[in-house]
This record gives sequence, C-alpha cells and structure tokens, in this order.
Amino acid sequence: MIIIDQRTRQLLIEDALNTFPDECCGFLFGREDRDGTRQIIDILIVDNAKAGDKTRRFEISPQDYMTAETHALEHDWLLLGIYHSHPKHPPIPSETDRLSAQPFFSYLIISVMDKDTTELRSWLLDEERQFEEEKIIDYQYT
Amino acid sequence: MATVIIPTPLRKFTNNTARLQVKPGTIQDTVQELTLNFPDLKKHLLDENGKIRAYVNIFVGNDDIRDLQQEHTAVQEGAVVSIVPAIAGGSGNGSANAGGAVFTKEELARYNRHIIIPGFGMEAQQKLKAAKVLVIGSGGLGSPVLLYLAAAGVGTIGIVDFDVVDDSNLQRQVLFGVESVGKPKVEAAKKRLEALNPYIQLRLYNTHLNSQNALDILRDYDVIADGTDNFPTRYLVNDAAVLLGKPNVYASIFQFEGQVSVFNYRNAQGQLGPNYRDLYPTPPPPGLVPSCAEGGVLGVLPGIIGSLQALEVIKVITGVGESLSGRFYIFDALNFESRTFTIKAREDNPINGKNPTITALIDYEQFCDMRAVEEKRMKEITAKELYDWQVKGEPYQLIDVREPHEYDIVNIGGTLIPLGTVASHADEIDRDKKVVIHCKMGGRSAKAIQELEEKFGFTNLYNLKGGILAYIDNVQPTLTKY
Repeated sequence: MIIIDQRTRQLLIEDALNTFPDECCGFLFGREDRDGTRQIIDILIVDNAKAGDKTRRFEISPQDYMTAETHALEHDWLLLGIYHSHPKHPPIPSETDRLSAQPFFSYLIISVMDKDTTELRSWLLDEERQFEEEKIIDYQYT
Repeated sequence: MATVIIPTPLRKFTNNTARLQVKPGTIQDTVQELTLNFPDLKKHLLDENGKIRAYVNIFVGNDDIRDLQQEHTAVQEGAVVSIVPAIAGGSGNGSANAGGAVFTKEELARYNRHIIIPGFGMEAQQKLKAAKVLVIGSGGLGSPVLLYLAAAGVGTIGIVDFDVVDDSNLQRQVLFGVESVGKPKVEAAKKRLEALNPYIQLRLYNTHLNSQNALDILRDYDVIADGTDNFPTRYLVNDAAVLLGKPNVYASIFQFEGQVSVFNYRNAQGQLGPNYRDLYPTPPPPGLVPSCAEGGVLGVLPGIIGSLQALEVIKVITGVGESLSGRFYIFDALNFESRTFTIKAREDNPINGKNPTITALIDYEQFCDMRAVEEKRMKEITAKELYDWQVKGEPYQLIDVREPHEYDIVNIGGTLIPLGTVASHADEIDRDKKVVIHCKMGGRSAKAIQELEEKFGFTNLYNLKGGILAYIDNVQPTLTKY
C-alpha cells in the first residue's frame, strides 16, 4: 500500500501534463511503516535527461539522483521511489521499466491519455524481479 | 577515513546504513572493503568478471569515476563516494538500453541516406528501429508496404495472412516469385524480407484475423497498417485499433483507384483523429462493392498506393511531417488525378462517438452480411470422409488445383488443373457425380470452387478440408509432406 494525498496527486498530474507529450520523472519521499505501508510526504521533480526522443523513455541524471538521496537524508525521510509518466500509454510498467528497475523502490506511473484522462498506478519489484502492483490509497488532509 | 553513501535500494544489504566509513585508497579498494563487509552487495555492484556493473555509477565528490581513472581513481581522506544506480524506463518497450535504439556499424552504413536527411536524422531512424508495425495482409498493398518498411529499418514487423501464394498473385504482389507459389504468404514474405534486411525482427501470423484473436495480435504493436481487401476485416481492424488506442494506417485499391488515410492517430497535441467509422459508420450492402478478386485491379496500382501507405507509417512512427490523419486521399490512375478530403470525427460514431454502442469486437462477417452468402455455397469434405468414399467405392472425381511442381512432389491421384487454369478446363469437370477439389491446405481449392460455381453454375463440388496435407496426416501418413 502506498498513501498519496490530494496535493501530491495534483502535483504529479500537473508535472505529467506540463511535460506531455514527453515523459516526466522525479522522486518520491516519505515514510514506511513496519507493515510496509508507505506514505508519500514530498516529491522532487527532475528533468528527463534522456537524449533524443523523450516521448517514450526517461532517464534521471546521476547528479539528480545524488541530490535526491541527500534531500532524503537531510529531512530524515526515505527515498521511496521514482515516478514517471506514460504519455498516451496505460500506467503499466513496460519491459523497459522492468529491466531498469531497482529493488525496494515504488515505481509510480502516471498515464496521460489526454488532459482530462489521467491514471496513477504504483508498482514494486518482487524477489523474481517481476512487478507487483502496490495499492494506492488516496488521502485527504482535513 | 572516507564516506560511502549507499543508495536506498541497496541499504537492505548494509543493515540499513546510509553512510559507511572506509579507508582511503582507490575505488577498487573501496569496493573490495564494502563487499568484504557486506557480501550481498557484491552481485549488485560487480558483474561475473568482477568489473563494476554498467548500470552502477560511482562518483567521487561530484565526478563520475568514468571521467577520472575508473576503478583506479583515488579516494582521499575525507572524500565522499556515492554509489548511484542508473534510473531509467519509459513506456517504450524493447531494448533496456537507456540511449534508445543502438546501431551497429553495418546498420549505420545501411541507413546512411536516411540519417543524413535534415529533419529526419538519427532520431527518426532510432524511432524506426524501436517501432513495431503490424501489417495486415501481405498481398498487393502488403507487398510494397512490407518491402519499404523492412528496407527502412522498422525494428519489428508482424505479418498477418492466412493465404498461400497463387500464380495469379504475381501480377501485382511483388514480394513473391514463382518459387513461392503454393507456399504460405507469411513464410514466403519472411524469406524475401530477411534477404533484404537481416537487422530486423519478423513475426508471422499464418491465420485469419478474427474477433477472437485480433486484440491479442494487435496489442503488441505501435502502428497497424491495414491492407486487407474485404469489409469484415477492415471494420474488425478499425474497431480493434480504436479499442486498443493504436494508429491505423489504411489503404485500399479497386480497379484504377486507390485510397489512403491515417485513422485513430493521436497527434503531438494529444488530439485524436477520426477513424474508418467516421467515414463509413456501416458497410455497403454485400455485392455492391466487389473485391479485387472479383473486380480486378491494375497491378501497378497497389505499388503506388502501398508505397504511400508505407510513407504514412514512417511518418506516424517518426512524427516527421504532417500525417494524413483527418484527411482522406484518393488517387485516380486513369486520369492521373489526386484529391484529398478532410474528414472529421462524428458524434454518432458507434465505437468512439458520444454514445458508443460498440464496446467490444463483434461478429464482422455477420455485420457485413457476408457469412450467409459464403457458407450457403461451400460444401466441405474431410480427409476421413473422402477415405470412406474410397473404401465404399462411392463414385467421385478428384481434382488437384495445385501447381505441376507441387504435384510432382506428392499427389493422391487427382486430375491436375492448376487454379489459374480452372476456368479454361471447366469442361473436364464432371457435372453428374460428386467432385472433390483439393490443393495443399484448402485455400486455393475454395477459390476454385467459388469460381466454378459462379461462372459455370456447378453445384456438385466439395472442398477437401485441410487439403492434401490433411489427407496425408489422416489417411496416408507415408506420403511426402512439403
């Protein structure tokens, strides 16, 4: 389970729409309970560093990755995972996603079919390096 | 001491420690010390040869060791060493290589005339290599489409066709030669395309595309190129492409006229273009528009129109230029005139209009009112039933519509009348007893029966189901199969 609040969801969708038709990408920070439930507290938007066509691929520069690790340590958060968008494609990890995926990280995918049709799904590698879906819980601060 | 920052995904191998202290030395020493203290780290950092893995970046301060002295880079007192996993991905399938499609020297030389075009270049060529295109029908239109897409370096090409090559195809289907006659079209196409471009992948579907298999076959592809010659398949391909959200590059030909358009294409602004049902919500009454087999087609026309179709496929893949999405192109070969109409999405489009009535694939034969006509006519006999007739001494005539060289390989005693010549040999076919017609697999004999019934009014013809291959399998397994 991964808990995403309204504001974070909004930021993620905005980044995906602003970057469309290219893929957007960034980091997810937060906490993890003893039972493995994750809660996203903050995100970090970074540039898609992929050279050439960015409409179906993304890449994060090592510099941005180091910034993200430092950011997590400074705030005493966990670097929980990576988000990226799939413009005109469903929020299901591709083989490319799977082959480049890191263990432990949540891979949150934002599908953008058009400006009104977006969908978020989250995925996590299992022991066999296959993606398993991680249920998203919407949370609204009151 | 120096500090090593362990990336989050690897911390479960370091007792959840983010920062580790190591002795100064070189990167090689650092890695050795880490893997000695935390053996589970080893397989994540080093490959089988003990080299640092390609997807692991190591930084000393802000510098990648690849820009310094690699594993011999010095780690001084107080230095901060970061282990950085490569983070990449994306919706595009295929090579995990973060740099997209990578070309060998030979491929770069092969595609040089593309790569040097301003506005096309390496980027478009990479998109071609990464692309998967499904070509439906490998006949008149499919021939130039497949030849040009393969030559252009489209990385993965799927071919759907259930038919076998017939000599009468060679008047326009330039993918095939005399040696292909009698062979399944997909196999013959593969042989020709592999000889043309060994750097691409071909996937064959030697089957009828139907409502049961269409979504599964189309699902894996980025672009569909429909070059079929009948309405049921055309609507099936259109609806499947719309349901799956794939662009469908459409072409068709008849006698002296050709048509091209790009359906269901989402442009860079995210707008979806019209599809075939915006043009024709329902098919014409059966028989009103004859197929090429019935109405004929000038052989060079599919060459022209199929090449235009290949052009649009390449534009859709690469995003270069303005595609024919939202426009419908008609070429009249007799007057040498071209017209381009604008087409728009209709609100009453039954598959993606305001109130869609079609949400899954339907029975398209029935939808086009074809099945009743086809099935009423064709009688079939299985190999086992034919054997029963032989055993019981039932009178019948056996006609073999394959080519002479196939007959020489194996025959079951039928009278040889190749498909292309049945009309001129109709008087040799009995009218007063049952006539069984066969070919290799049953496709050509069905055509022969159709022709004989339509032109000469035969009513006593039976198609041997599965052809001579089924007969060999079920009755005489000692005969040669080919």
